[in-house]
Order: sequence, then C-alpha cells, then structure tokens
Amino acid sequence: MSPTATSKSNGRYDAIVIGGGHNGLVTAAYLARAGKKVVVLERRPLVGGAAVTEEVVPGFKFSVFSYVVSLLRPEIIRDLDLPAHGLQILPLESTVTPLDNGDYLAGWADADETRREIARHSPRDAEAASQFGRLMHHMAMAVKPILGMVPPDPASLAPSDLRGLMKLGGHFRSLGAERFHALFKLMTMSSADYLDEWYEFDPLKATKSASGIIGTFLGPRSPGSAYVLLHHYMGEIDGAFRAWGFQKGGTGAISESIASAAKSFGAEVRTDAAVARVLVRDGRATGVALANGDELSAPIVVSGLDPRRTFVDLVESKELPDDLVSSIANFRFRGSSGKVNLALDALPNFSFLKDNGGYRSPLMANALRGAVSISPSLQYLERAYDDAKYGEFSRHPYMDIVIPSMIDPGMAPPGKHVMSIFVQYAPYNLNGGWTDEKREAFGDAVIDTLERYAPNIRSVIRHRQVLTPADIERITGLSEGNIFQGELALHQLFFLRPAPAWAKYRTPVKGYWQCGAGTHPGGGIMGASGRLAALEILARGA
Amino acid sequence: MLKTTPFHVRTAPLVRAQTWRRWAGYQVASAYDPHPDREYAAVRNAAALFDVSPLYKYLIRGRDAARLLDRMVTRDVTKCAVGQILYTPWCDAHGKVIDDGTVSRLDDTTYRLTSAEPNIRWLAMNGVGMDVTIEEVSARTAALALQGPLSRTILQQLTPADVGKLKYFRLVQTTVRDIPVTISRTGYTGDLGYELWVDAERAVALWDALMACGESFGITPAGIWALDLARIEAGLVMLDVDYYSAHHALIEDQKSFPEEINLAWTVNLDKGPYNGRRALRKARAGKQAWAFVGIEVNWESLERLHAARGLPPHLPNVAWRASAPVYRDGEQIGYATSGCWSPLLKRSLALAHIQAPHYEPGTRVEIEVTVEHHREQADAVVRKLPFYDPERKRA
Repeated sequence: MSPTATSKSNGRYDAIVIGGGHNGLVTAAYLARAGKKVVVLERRPLVGGAAVTEEVVPGFKFSVFSYVVSLLRPEIIRDLDLPAHGLQILPLESTVTPLDNGDYLAGWADADETRREIARHSPRDAEAASQFGRLMHHMAMAVKPILGMVPPDPASLAPSDLRGLMKLGGHFRSLGAERFHALFKLMTMSSADYLDEWYEFDPLKATKSASGIIGTFLGPRSPGSAYVLLHHYMGEIDGAFRAWGFQKGGTGAISESIASAAKSFGAEVRTDAAVARVLVRDGRATGVALANGDELSAPIVVSGLDPRRTFVDLVESKELPDDLVSSIANFRFRGSSGKVNLALDALPNFSFLKDNGGYRSPLMANALRGAVSISPSLQYLERAYDDAKYGEFSRHPYMDIVIPSMIDPGMAPPGKHVMSIFVQYAPYNLNGGWTDEKREAFGDAVIDTLERYAPNIRSVIRHRQVLTPADIERITGLSEGNIFQGELALHQLFFLRPAPAWAKYRTPVKGYWQCGAGTHPGGGIMGASGRLAALEILARGA
Repeated sequence: MLKTTPFHVRTAPLVRAQTWRRWAGYQVASAYDPHPDREYAAVRNAAALFDVSPLYKYLIRGRDAARLLDRMVTRDVTKCAVGQILYTPWCDAHGKVIDDGTVSRLDDTTYRLTSAEPNIRWLAMNGVGMDVTIEEVSARTAALALQGPLSRTILQQLTPADVGKLKYFRLVQTTVRDIPVTISRTGYTGDLGYELWVDAERAVALWDALMACGESFGITPAGIWALDLARIEAGLVMLDVDYYSAHHALIEDQKSFPEEINLAWTVNLDKGPYNGRRALRKARAGKQAWAFVGIEVNWESLERLHAARGLPPHLPNVAWRASAPVYRDGEQIGYATSGCWSPLLKRSLALAHIQAPHYEPGTRVEIEVTVEHHREQADAVVRKLPFYDPERKRA
C-alpha cells in the first residue's frame, strides 16, 4: 500500500497516533475499539519501536532491542484479545549467575530447588529469600493501583485531582504503617543498601540489584535504584504472568499482535510514514505533516514518542508554557545501556555448566533456557558504573544474557542459536562521542567479558550486532537511547512524568496528547501508558 | 506395585520431583520438571513427547472385524478406509457412553481399537458368532504422542514416509531410523501432532531417535499435567473426570448420551444397527437435556472476589479436576468437571455440564470458586468448544 496514495484519497481521521511503538499501538487499538477512525504513523518500515524482531542474518531472528516481557498489563491482553492476534508468552524460568571461582548461583522456577541452591551459598539467605519475596509481593500490590490510575496533580484544586489524591491517601493509609514505611524506604534507598538489610551472599545481592539499575544511569549504590527493582517485580503478581517470559517470535511479535488487534478494530497502520511536525492552529492541534510533505488532519493527535520529541521536535516551543519547556529540557534521558546480539553456529560452552565433562547438576541441562546474569559481585557492578560515571563504557559490564533460540526454536536455524546480551553501562555521552571504532571496542569488551565464562564464544560467533545508545537513538528515535523514554527516577515518576502539571497525557496544545513510556507509569513492554492515555482521551474528549 | 511402561528406563531419570501418577495401572509422569510450564509451552510452541503407552489397545482381525466394530461404536466403521482412523465413543443398549477411543484400520481385515478402560469382555460380547479374533496388545505395543507445531518437522527428518502429506486422522506404517512404527496423525492436545505405535522391545530405541533428532527443534518430554492443560483448551472430554462409563455409573444421572458430552458429531443414526441406536434416535428427536460446554470465568470478577480478602487471584499451573457448581441467577444449572488457567489464552477456563436451556454460547452464568476458604460465585460465560483450535491441527 502506498502511503501517499492513501493519504491523498483519504486524509481525515478522528485520531492520528504518531509512532508505532507498543504504547502507540495500544492507544490506537483502544481508540479504534471505541469507534474512532484512527491511523498510526510509523517512521520505520516495521512497527514496534523498541519491541521489534528483525532477521539481521538470514534465518537468525533478533529481538533487536527489548527482549523479554513480564509487565504487559493483563487488562490490555484481555481487552484486545491479544492471544488471538499472536501473543504467546513462553516461560523463561531461571537465572544463573556464574561466579568468579567457577561455581554458579542459580534461581530456578521451583521454590524448593531455588532454596536449596541459595542455601548452598548461604542458609540464611535461603530463608530470607522467601520472606523478601513476600515483602516485594506486598510492595508490588501497594504500587499496583497507582499503575492503573491517571496521576492526580497534588498542586491542583480541581475536583478530579482532589478525588485522585484522596483515593491515593486512602490507599496508602490502608497499607498500614509497616508496609508504608517499607515502601518509602524502597522509593528512596539504593538497591544495594536495601538488599543489604536482607542478604549476606554478595553475588545474590548483585544479581538482585541488577534489576534496579537496568535502563537507568545509577549504580547499585545510588539512592533511588531500589524503586526500579520494584518496577521489575511488578509483572509477577497478577493477571498474566508468573515470571519473566519470552514472546514466541521475539518482542516484535508482541507489537505485531497489538497492531493486528488495532487493525481488527478498524485502525489503519502506516509504516515508512515519518511525521515532521504536528499542525497547530490557534493553540489547537489540527493534524500532522509527514516528512514527505503530505498532511493528514484529525482533531486528536497523540504522540507515542518520548517527551523531548513530543514537546521539542514535533511542536514549536511558542505553543508551550515556559515552565514546561524548561521541565522537558531538564528531563533526564541519559541512556546507559547497549545491546549486543549474536548469531551463533553452536551453543557457547559456558564453563559453569559442566564439571569433569558432566553437568554439575541435572538442572544445569536447562540453565541455558533461562537467563545468564553477569553480575558476580556488587563491587563488579559498581565498578562498571564508575567507568560510565566518568564517560567511558564499562570495561567489565553487567550483562543479562538470554538465548531465545533455546526457548523458541524458530528464532534460528536448527542447531544454531541467537544470543541477546543486554549490556550496562554504555553512556550516551561517551567521552569523545560514539564512533564506529568505539562501537566495536564496546562490542569487544562485551565478548572479552563473555569469554571469561564461555571460552569458545569467539569460535561460534557467525555475526555480531552491536548497538550503542547512539545507535538505539538513531534507529528507534529514543532520545539519548534511553530504553524507558526517560529514566525511571523518583523525580520523573507519577505526577512528575514527564513534567509537573502535564502528567495526565494531555499537553498545552488542545487535542495534542502523549501516550509513550515517557508518561506514567512508563517503561518496559507494559502498555499501561498507552491504555491510560486512550482512556483519558476518550473520557475528556479532544 | 504399579507397572512401568517400556519407556521407563528413559523417563524415570528425568522425573526430577518424583511426580508420578497412576494411569491404567501404570506409573507415568505428571511432569518431568516440578511444574509443567515448560512442557506445556512445548505443546504449543515446539514439540512435546508424551508416553501414552498405558492406553488400552486391541487388535481386531478377521473377516468380521469391521462388522464387530461397527456393531459396537457410534460411527460408521464400514466407511473407514485402510489407513484411516475414527475417533468414536461406544454406548450401551440405552445409548449411554461406555468409553471413547480410536479405531484404526491397519489393513483390509485388521483394526486397532484404543480405549481408556478395559474392553475385552465388551468386544467379545459384541463379537459372538463372528469370524474375528480379539487380542489385547496393551503391553506389547508401546505408544508415544509427539505433539506441537514442530512435530511434523521432526518426523520428516526421521522417516522415509511422506509425513507432510499424512492427513488428519490418517496413519502410515513405516520406519523411524529403521524401527518399524505406525505413525498416526492423532493426539489429545488439539494441536498438530502424531502418535507413534511401536513394539515394546523397540520402544527405547524409538525414544532415543526422537530425542536426538528433536533436540534442535525443542523436543521436550512432557507429562500428564501438560497434557491436561492442552486437552482442556482443546475441549476434549476425559473419562472418569468429565463423565463416567455407563458400565461403572451407580445411578442414571451419572451416565451420558454422546451428545451430552459434546460428541453428537460422532453419532451416525443412519448406519446399520449398533448398540444404543434406538435410544440415540429417540434422544435426538427430543430436546437435549444437558450439554458439555466451555465456561470462561470473568477475570475482573475473580479479581474482585480475591481483592475483598486482600489477595490477588492465584494462577494455578496445573488443571483442576473437581466438581464446581454452576449457577444462573442463584439457581444451580450445572457443574464444571475440570478447568485450568490457560497459559496460552490467558484466561480461566472450565469444562462444564449445563442443563437446557442455559447451555447456549454467550449465556452469563456464575461458577463456584473458593477464595481463602470461602465459597463464592464468580461471573462466567458459556463458550463454544474448543477454546483453542489452531489451523495447523488439520492443515
């Protein structure tokens, strides 16, 4: 379908969604489901934003950026009937952390097997783990209603805001003092300090703290990192998942399932359709101008892009109040992670798996169907952060490794494999800037580190794709390569995401809305921002 | 002491949590992992390998073999071509279901019948005066079910037969790595899948061949827990769980017409005389009193009931097999007999017997759930079976 031909013949819509990332698609699906005539405009040739699957080498499919899922809101799965459109989540059951002494620490799907494994290293920690799990369950339950609500503005006296604040106040009172205090600590402490209160075995603390630094320019000892820990725990408590999972066909298949649902409700999805700017007349959005010069009109324009693109690139600053302009200028992106995707001719021989030629335990036969976490100690992670703090990529980075072809054989030819390596830290603002040489040096650091644990890795690599934050920004459009459309730091959450007074998906330009992860609650393949934005648009009109 | 199947030497070391169960006097795995998540995922994503050897198997041979089976079952066996398989129930003289299974025509005068319970006496009674031999081969013939989207791909590496052309409910007698096997395009998962029938002495070799070749395609040994999830999604009825055999029922209410367990499609009222035909014709003429349908439990309702006690809904990872009353406007109109949280569809499902006129798809009902020791009623909707029916099953 030629976008030009369609736009000339039919340029009027009820709503235009800019950006075919998963949140934009969710917004489009909900608006179309409510009867609106919707078009999604995606700059790239495929939908998904950071949730895309691409066959970079023939036969080898990479979840190029985002690679696992657990947070996708169950109400979205139900409302849009995503399983009927291809959503199929496969279990990713374990995490193994190789230790420097050749041993390993594993977390398995079964509680008894995990307890016994932790007890091998620390009997106290094994006992603490189940209680810690219970606390995190309560914390996630405490935060869950907030994920599903449009953030009330605490500085506003509007009845809807006051009602929201009352509801929130009531909710926190109902937690009881003990849990409220625990939640407050979780919101303010560093993940290292928080975990120190529970555990003694350092690699265990390091591995758990790792989920507190993902996508954020913080180290495990930085205050505020404990919250991100909780953010990643959220998917385990309700509705759809028991743990992290892997989408059949890669994360791109999630985006495609949402796009398919949106189309089934009548939405139009256009690819290769970059938007140049939002058309504004008398303080009101009237449509968009595409990069090719075409114009589409609609009384509702929704940006699924990040706050910088939404407020700086797509509209002129004269349309916005000064305080919003400065808030957005101060909004922190600071991409801190990169991605290395490998096409492999064979499985790497991770040395922690075997001992004298045989598996160290029968369970190790399944270990590569789960994640491998390169997080041997808190000091290792903090050192990795130190490099980034001073403008270098980590010489020995934290890595979260999965081998999708072990879970879904369709990801690679028979007997071959793909490996997804999430790497932190790789600062967007690298000293001297990112160049091709720096990218390859970063890739080398990742492979060097991996080689310590899988000595044959170099000999099995058929192709290596290295993505720096600069590449992530260039390809997906995510500013500074931040995977959450802006850091999940306390000062950028809830009624402050993306800016005070503009956290309710609306913007100062009438009819112009935001629905990306840069709005509450943001981050991960969650879809909550997209859904809340759509519900708010439908409730408040244009 | 329970018997073990011919695959036991291979399966036993894999059952990590010793989660064994009994099936027809045999010891089989509920799951190999402590939980069936990965085994179930293999059914829908790659290929799961089930040991289904405990099925009862009979060889019926002779000039009257077709006559005997046609007299016994509700489908028309005289139309069953060589290489074809019929899934069918069989009934007593009152049209009430005794058992269900498959009839495979191996050659002109040889059939294999599978069943959930022993049927040798029933076969003999039906074969009085016929030129037929009935032989039980349950122990001699081992069976594996290879189920999942990649099952065909795996078999194509291993057998000279054109598995790609083997149609749904057809069989081929061939070899797998030189081991003589019968491969049938059948299964109990509602997915693309095959069953492999092999002499017990060659069972282990067959297992090894499949596992070695299947490794690159994600082959996963799977137990009954995974099978149960798949068969509920596929809406397949199970004897002694969803219905009782007319031979074992203690009261009339425990017996079912085929149409009452969603098997109306298997009842041929026009073919020659067979057990229960008269009663089935009469039943068909009247109003169907009960139907076996799907029930989808409303998630928001479950969530509300749990939230009232400060809990999130629990997602069980195995199916339940219990009786749960089903209501409509406060009055009991039926009962569910099994159910599960569908990992694929992300819905809470049940199979239920519902009385007329409440069994129409879309009917809003309530199902009893126990929340923190309290009996509650969750909102639910009657659904047409199966819940899940991928094209690849028949394609």
